[in-house]
Order: sequence, then C-alpha cells, then structure tokens
Amino acid sequence: MGNKTYTIAVTGLNAIDSPGPGIAVIRCLRESTTMDIRIIGLAYESLEPGIYMHNLVDKTYQIPYPGAGAESLLSRLEYIHQKENLDVIIPNFDAELFPFIKLEPKLKKMGISTFLPTETQFEERHKINLPEFGRKYNIPVPHSKAIYSVAEIPGLINEFSYPMVAKGKYYDAEIVQSPEQMFTCFNKINTKWGLPVIIQQFIKGAEYNSTGLGDGKGNIISAFPMRKQYITDKGKAWGGISIDDEEILKLTHHFIHSTKWRGGFELELIKDFSNSFYLLEINPRMPAWIYLSVGVGQNIPEALVKLALSKKVEPFKTFKVGKMFVRYSYELIVDVDEFHKISTNGEL
Amino acid sequence: MKIKQSIAISESGYIFNPSTGESFSINQTGVEIFNLLKEEKTFEEISSIVIKKFNTDKDTFEKDYNDFTGLLKQHQIVELENGK
Repeated sequence: MGNKTYTIAVTGLNAIDSPGPGIAVIRCLRESTTMDIRIIGLAYESLEPGIYMHNLVDKTYQIPYPGAGAESLLSRLEYIHQKENLDVIIPNFDAELFPFIKLEPKLKKMGISTFLPTETQFEERHKINLPEFGRKYNIPVPHSKAIYSVAEIPGLINEFSYPMVAKGKYYDAEIVQSPEQMFTCFNKINTKWGLPVIIQQFIKGAEYNSTGLGDGKGNIISAFPMRKQYITDKGKAWGGISIDDEEILKLTHHFIHSTKWRGGFELELIKDFSNSFYLLEINPRMPAWIYLSVGVGQNIPEALVKLALSKKVEPFKTFKVGKMFVRYSYELIVDVDEFHKISTNGEL
Repeated sequence: MKIKQSIAISESGYIFNPSTGESFSINQTGVEIFNLLKEEKTFEEISSIVIKKFNTDKDTFEKDYNDFTGLLKQHQIVELENGK
C-alpha cells in the first residue's frame, strides 16, 4: 500500500432492513489492497447503525437534511473538513445527490474530490423523465407518466391497464390493482414524498439488476448483472447472485457508453414472459448490495475513489459468475453515552 | 438438442444457469439424461442406454424424455436452433 492515508467521507449509514448503501461501500473500501483509508461517516439521524460500527467507521458527523439547502450542507462540510481534512466524499442517497452535484466545484476548491454524475445525467435519468430517456438512448422502458392530482386517476385507464405501479419521486413503489387502491396510494406517496406520483405500467416477470461504474467519457470501468433471489416486502433484494446474462451486460454497456455516465449506478430491470428486458429505473449511485462487487472481483467503490482522485484506473475485464449474497441483520449493543454524544454534539 | 456450454451440473443433480441465475435440482435419471445430452448423444442412443439401465419400456421413456427436454427448453438450458 502507499504511504498516504486517504480520508473518505461516506453517507448512507442506515444499515436497516431496507438499507442505505453506505456500510456496503465502506466494507468494499476496507478491502482495498492498494490504498490506506480512514472513514468518516456522515449521518442524518442519531440511530443510523453505521455510527456505532467502530470497526468500519472511524468517526461520524451529523449533517443537515437535503431540505435545509446546499449552503447549510456546505457550511457543515467546511467544519468537518477543517477537522478531518477530507480527500473524497461519497454521497449514497438519491435525495442528497443534487446538492452534492451543485457543490462539486466548491468542494473541489476546498480540496475535496467527488465522482458524481453530471447535473444533466442526474436529471434526464429521473423517474419522471424515464420515457424520454428510453427514446433518446433507445432503451426499452415501460410506459409511465407523472400525475399531479387525484383527478387524473380515472383517466389512467386510457393509457394503462391495471395492475400499475405507483412510485414516489425518490423512493417507494407499490403495485396497484384498482382505481380505488390508486386513490389511497396516491395520497400516501404524496404525503411522504410530495408530487408528482409516477405511474408505470406493471410488467410481470423476473427482477434483475446491474451495477457498474462509468468514467464520464463513455468508458466502462465496471459492469456486472445480478438476479434477485429473495425479495423483501419493500421490494429490496435480500439475496442475489451474479450472472452473465449477455442481454443485461449489453444494455448496461450501452447505458454507460451512450450517456457517458460518470460514477456508480444501478439499473433495475425486468424480464417479461417473452424474455424481453425493460429498464424500470436508474439509480444514480451505488446500490446497497455493492459489496457483491468485491465478491465478483470488481471493487467498484475502490475504483470510484481512484477516479475521484484522478488516478489511473484499468477497466475490469472479467467477473465471477455464481457469487451470491445473503443479507442479514443483527443488534449492536451501544452504550447510551455514545448515543448522547452523537445526539447532542452531532459527532462521535 | 444441445445443452448450453455454460450450464454446470453437480454430481447430486444441481443445475445452475449462469445466464438467468436460476437453479434446479433433478433426480438420478435426469442426471443420466442430462449428461448424455451434454455428450451430444442422439435420442436413439440415449433411449437405448436409459431403457437398459433403468429397466423401463420405450413408450414410458419417450414420454418422460419429452417432458424432461420440454422443461430444459422452457428454462433456457438447451440451445435453440438459432444458437441462442
């Protein structure tokens, strides 16, 4: 390993039953064989489990919610940087990516690197813009539409057939069987995530994902597909296996190449009864199952950090097929003093 | 009928399809037929080997063989004529 220890700040420490990707990203970074690293956790809530995982996270600071605005986030990051001398920040939530993208030039001036999608990439892959994205890049997507009022629900049958999928703009997806159920679901999603609610035609089939890393110039640094083997009631993969489906790989390579994607990502796909793939969603950050990337031999977080630091990264050429992950949860025993410290001082 | 080259089978009859991520378990007769198909034996060759080994008749074998290979096709374990 080199002499320098890189200080990397990571968000998404909520390793709960529907986890944020932070802890998985940190586990990958801890397995780096080429870099010495120190991990700074960035948390929103004082009960995010990663705060208390001292074997993985060296120190944690609370940061303001994205709703507080970019300036408020910047001022907190300035304070953290002063104390920790950050080299790289890896944001892992969809909702926080926009402020981090906006702050990228200012962070760079401070000496903090990121490796995020551009604002255009971030916007055009948004759920609301997915049909347009599919047309532009010639990628099959299910028919979808953003609705802003319950008054639009009766008219949906002119374009869609039930069941449909109702989605929040950042999170949540529910399969809806009838107009009555759609009214309830619309209000639930609106209360939690705001408008619009995105309606997508439901496609029956097997769920697949792929993850990867683009260098922002159209080159593929990493890409591999995964099939969900066990899905939770929230639609999250509890178990999955790496596969070598040529169609998914082709689609993933096409996505990176044609969009010149910069950074990590996850593609959510479904294969229908005629074996055709549809792109359901593009997550503009690494997935919670990113630790599988170490299992298949493509440590994506490590490669992302190197790209952020403008180091040369050789594209991965192969990956191991048939590597599985099975997620688990367990209880950490925490001294109440630690909880008090993070709750009152905002750091631990 | 040709078993896809990438398909692996364990001694106990566990099949893993690396393209789709699906896995299956088959019985000893299935393993025998699967391995003979992998060796690219013809229907007649397989028929004669299996009937002798498992002490069955031609009609029963043919019915079971068609059911079995139908499942292999359904789960994309065999190559179709266009090579896919």
